[in-house]
Amino acid sequence: MTEERYEPVIGLEVHCELRTATKLWCACPNEFGGEPNTHICPICLGLPGTLPVLNRNAVEYAMRIGTALNCEIKPSKFHRKNYFYPDMPKDFQISQYDEPINVQGYLDLPTGIRIGIERAHIEEDTGKSSHLGKSGRIHAAYGALVDYNRAGVPLVEIVSAPDIRSSEQAKDYVSELRAVLVATGATDGRMEEGSLRVDANVSVRKGPDAPFGTRCEIKNVNSLRSLVRAIEYEIKRQIEVLEDGGRIIQQTRHFNEDTLSTVALRSKEEAQDYRYFPEPDLPPISPGEAWINKVKEELPPLPPQRRAKVKEIFGTGDDGQIITLVEQDLDGLFLGVLSHGADGEIAIRRLLNEAASQIEAARKLDVKDFAALIGMEKSGKLSATQCKAVLAEMLESGGSPLQIAASLGFEGMKSNELEEVITQIINDNPDAFERFKAGDEKVTQFFVGQVMKATKGKANGKSVIEFLETKKS
Amino acid sequence: MNNENLITEKDVAHVAVLARLHLSEKEITDFTVQLRSILEHGRDITALDLADIPPTSGPIPLENVFREDVKGGCVDKSEVLSEAPGHQEGQFLVPPLLDGSE
Amino acid sequence: MKLSEQLLSAKEIAVGIKNKTFSATEIVSDTLGRIEKLDGDIHAFLNVTGDQALLRAKEIDEMVSKGEDPGILAGVPIGIKDNICTRKVATTCGSKILNEWKPPYDATVIEKLRSQGAIVVGKTNMDEFAMGSSTEHSAFGPTKNPHNIKCVPGGSSGGSAAAVASGMVPLALGSDTGGSIRQPAAFCGVVGLKPTYGLVSRYGLVAFASSLDQIGPFSRDVDDSVLLANAIMGHDPLDSTSLDIDTPPIKINSDGGVRGLRIGLVSEFLEGISPEISEAIERACKYLDAGGGQVESCSVPSVKQSLSAYYLIAPAEASSNLARFDGVRFGMRVDGKNAEEMMVNTRTAGFGDEVKRRIMLGTYALSAGYYDAYYGSAQKLRTLVIRDFESVYQKFDVLLSPTTPTTAFEIGAKIDDPLTMYLSDVCTIPTNLAGHPAISVPFGYDSKGLPIGLQVLAPALKDDLTLKVASYLESARENAND
Ligand SMILES: [Mg+2]
Ligand SMILES: [Zn+2]
Repeated sequence: MTEERYEPVIGLEVHCELRTATKLWCACPNEFGGEPNTHICPICLGLPGTLPVLNRNAVEYAMRIGTALNCEIKPSKFHRKNYFYPDMPKDFQISQYDEPINVQGYLDLPTGIRIGIERAHIEEDTGKSSHLGKSGRIHAAYGALVDYNRAGVPLVEIVSAPDIRSSEQAKDYVSELRAVLVATGATDGRMEEGSLRVDANVSVRKGPDAPFGTRCEIKNVNSLRSLVRAIEYEIKRQIEVLEDGGRIIQQTRHFNEDTLSTVALRSKEEAQDYRYFPEPDLPPISPGEAWINKVKEELPPLPPQRRAKVKEIFGTGDDGQIITLVEQDLDGLFLGVLSHGADGEIAIRRLLNEAASQIEAARKLDVKDFAALIGMEKSGKLSATQCKAVLAEMLESGGSPLQIAASLGFEGMKSNELEEVITQIINDNPDAFERFKAGDEKVTQFFVGQVMKATKGKANGKSVIEFLETKKS
Repeated sequence: MNNENLITEKDVAHVAVLARLHLSEKEITDFTVQLRSILEHGRDITALDLADIPPTSGPIPLENVFREDVKGGCVDKSEVLSEAPGHQEGQFLVPPLLDGSE
Repeated sequence: MKLSEQLLSAKEIAVGIKNKTFSATEIVSDTLGRIEKLDGDIHAFLNVTGDQALLRAKEIDEMVSKGEDPGILAGVPIGIKDNICTRKVATTCGSKILNEWKPPYDATVIEKLRSQGAIVVGKTNMDEFAMGSSTEHSAFGPTKNPHNIKCVPGGSSGGSAAAVASGMVPLALGSDTGGSIRQPAAFCGVVGLKPTYGLVSRYGLVAFASSLDQIGPFSRDVDDSVLLANAIMGHDPLDSTSLDIDTPPIKINSDGGVRGLRIGLVSEFLEGISPEISEAIERACKYLDAGGGQVESCSVPSVKQSLSAYYLIAPAEASSNLARFDGVRFGMRVDGKNAEEMMVNTRTAGFGDEVKRRIMLGTYALSAGYYDAYYGSAQKLRTLVIRDFESVYQKFDVLLSPTTPTTAFEIGAKIDDPLTMYLSDVCTIPTNLAGHPAISVPFGYDSKGLPIGLQVLAPALKDDLTLKVASYLESARENAND
């Protein structure tokens, strides 16, 4: 009850790995995975005497992101953020501080809400440590292993304004942001591989006019589902603390996937003092108008434009479906299929229900082949079940739907064959047929099922029902 | 700067934590005296009016120094691991990390 | 102690080897023999890489016999300050914390030297992480001044200066952050050049203060410094602060001497210097005047505060540069029950007092609440220094000053008083803040027989001018008081 008096205030920091060929400061490949410590060199290991040289492409990707997020792109410089951690080879992180490349932008959510973007700056990623020890729990470990393959991978950190007011909105923001980032081509946006990582700053206040409350930063949120749960847990926790007459302490909290709760990290007394100072090994960046304009001109269409286009051409269609279609980067294929005259309703259903589970293969589907498949389902040459089977095969190994259907034995039943089968089934089940004639809908499905069984799925459901109807009289 | 801004033993002890150094009581006392004399010498700067002077962080003004995004060679990990104080399974081995949940 | 009179210069060695007057192997064997004989007393080297040097000498000899040109430093032995990375050869920075670390790569200057035929014969002693002005802060014991082994050779490149001054090697590389080439060059009576910031790649130089550090040559005469500077200069894509400009080889045309050059005598640099160095300056002015130079007094007001700015900027950058010495990836480790404790234990045991002092100073100068008062204002002072030099160079082509306020002091004399030690860099520091070139050239001796060094400063990229004036001053050796 008391919760209704409180309004959550949420700001998100999203770290996004750029899909450059090489790391930010050195020529090591920027690739996910790989055997530990195989993508390392003296520079990304921070060995004494080495120096960073900035990857031009990383800057361009950052500019694309800034443009897509309606930011002002500014001259910028790098600072050193000093703190000790074994994952961080130099024991400082090179990041942008008071002069970031992108400032003052915004992101419009499909719901119409606008979330401010305070900044989107370039920085380097750290290595990865894994705890040794049977339980894998930190306190039980007797040591840790460090892999520096990820050290020095270019990141853009996107800091939202504290404009988000619910966990649901946070989810919408991250989904839309992810779609926009992927559309720019600057990142692959894979949360599960850590190429998109979200930290949430959460506070609560008594109503929209009250000053902001003390915030806590939640780290280790690895999926959209976790994000929603972590924020909800944290909101509830903070309200409970306040209702009990307590005070919120500004701290960093870790989301625990198992317990679905947030836990305070060990507080380090010096944690706040990063001793930022200008990076003396890197001259500043001054992108200039020509470069900024070039990036603007070359920016591919973004999700809002793409959704609008789908809506315009498709005419009908559910907003949620269209959002997903664009998010999955399947809108190009869909529009292609439409232009070949295929049925939109069926196409979008097959794309979102079946193809989406094999997204990489789906994006590579041949437009003509896919249009032909949808046409076969529409005309009744293939049943829905058969269409799904053919599609599965197309996603698996490619090929034309006609050939696949043939190889699977989906020739379609000639109507006289079908008539024979149905007549036989009616004769075998006279009671059921009587109920059918009386209008019992459930029996329809019984007959369809029986026919399918007898024909091993070759029959088209629609034709079966049509034929049954003719037998009524 | 007035005397209140002089570096104290407490400051020195705090800075040692930031710098990951352990100092004995005596070292804290000695460093406080020495740092104080060096910082006091630095007051000749604070005596100047520098309000309108921009800072310089590098001696030669440069900008937009980039490398192209082209893959080059990596180092053989055995060569760096053999110089590491601890390694195991092709990774750098360190004592347990503190920085987790409680 | 008369030194190095009959020793071959680098130039003579390279020519002799190309002409097959002698072989690189003979030269290197000779050099190793001299090191063997002299270095017990001097302790200029931390590591002599004799076997590798002889192997390389053989390669050079083979090239010569095949008619190939090994480069401008064909077969010339060289000592390398031990903060310059050499692949598979221990690089210690004069510190215990590196624990005989063998880098997996060569510094750019090392590659350049190799491509010009030079032969690295060893790594030279230095103040730990180049922090010091006497080489007494080496974790491996001090280097002695070859002119008087009770005295320091200066620092931090004291090993390189002493190796050249004692005739062990004709050339050495040092690094100069606040005078660490020029001050030991002056104390040891050799030539030491700090090139314009960005002319020589810093890739592979273990950073002390990144915005001030520069690698440069030591030699017995100016000609050899020109030779070595030409071998190591040039753009390096691995160093973002390396200047991407054409750097044609420096040629000093000493025919005209200093005729027509406007030479400023910086009054601020003359305050508090020893009387004998004052006299040397006067002699130098007369000599320059006699050669047609126009010497005039001038003022660069902000150099007075340069020392203060330097002792905030350099430690601040150092505190960050030296963070990576944490026992995780290379070098020494002192274990602890967790990683945090291991780092503290390693750093506490691995760093010497002077390094700790500067890390503490720099960390403090950058810490919350003090940045503006210390690091921030030091950076503003840096702007003033650059502006002051700019305006004085409107009127003068080069500036002249003593390199140091005194000649070499005795070992132990200043070790307990950091501030007094720091004051010995007062004349050399301003050029590092400005990024300008400056050279120290020997100019006679004091009454104790210790060398006096004079400093010639010039605007950015006028390295050749410093060398030209130094060469003229060098020609006065015969006229000087020795
Ligand atoms: Mg960040
Ligand atoms: Zn690398």
